[in-house]
Amino acid sequence: MVKHFLGVSVLRTPWDQVFAAFWQRYPNPYSKHVLTEDILFRQVTPDHKLLSRRLLTKTNRIPHWAECLFPTNVSRSVYVIEDSIVDPKNKSLTTFTWNINHARLMVVEECCVYCVNPENSNWTEIRRQAWVSSNLFGFTRAIQEFGMARFKSNVTKTMKGYEFTLAKMQGEVPSKTLVATAIEAKEKARETALAATEKAKDLASKAASSQKQQYV
Amino acid sequence: MNSVGEECTDMKREYDLCFNRWFADKFLKGNVSGDPCGELFRKYQLCVQKAIKEKDIPIEGLEFMGSSKEKAENCS
Repeated sequence: MVKHFLGVSVLRTPWDQVFAAFWQRYPNPYSKHVLTEDILFRQVTPDHKLLSRRLLTKTNRIPHWAECLFPTNVSRSVYVIEDSIVDPKNKSLTTFTWNINHARLMVVEECCVYCVNPENSNWTEIRRQAWVSSNLFGFTRAIQEFGMARFKSNVTKTMKGYEFTLAKMQGEVPSKTLVATAIEAKEKARETALAATEKAKDLASKAASSQKQQYV
Repeated sequence: MNSVGEECTDMKREYDLCFNRWFADKFLKGNVSGDPCGELFRKYQLCVQKAIKEKDIPIEGLEFMGSSKEKAENCS
């Protein structure tokens, strides 16, 4: 049993800028789980395609209930290989990504095709497919569910990371991040206000009950 | 971004700078002559391949575009 994911994301940026951002997106504020990045292979083919292999080290977040399945001496980092083909003539970028350790616990394979959005040639779309599988007897289903949830959350981070990198490359202050910061600040203020109200209520009720006691 | 071998990070950054310029200014514009930043790449590779051996990262024998060609082809 393998869990399968299919999705399309759109970036409102032309293909060439997105392809350039593909190589410059780490680090960004949404890539805290990516620890290292290396290029292991690079070649231009006679038909003018660029082949690359990138090695990424990522943190290995696992559910608390699965922690007992890991010997403590096992490396917690996940090594991920991302192979890619950039075809500037057809304006396409194809990637295939998979983890090369912890494979008994879980293998996540992802294939992405970046191309010009058919409805707007100034936009780029990313067609993404992923497969999550696990061979850990008795835990397969639970681990696959966890893996898929983590994958989806990482897709959101990838897209936010792209928006940040693209804005940075265009020399803008990333507006999304400012908005996100403002929302966070507002929420924090609301929480503080709520806590203050609760505290005031608490004090008021204590005062009321102590007043009652005085009357008795 | 840091390299998996701490001692390689500076060499990697130097190579990345050179590559990113070549990629945006030449390759994407159809000008594909020559080896992109070859000398910097070779220097960086000597360092990073050594770090990978020391850390026992299992990169040997991995087929390009994954073990599952079928998936990669169906993808597009």
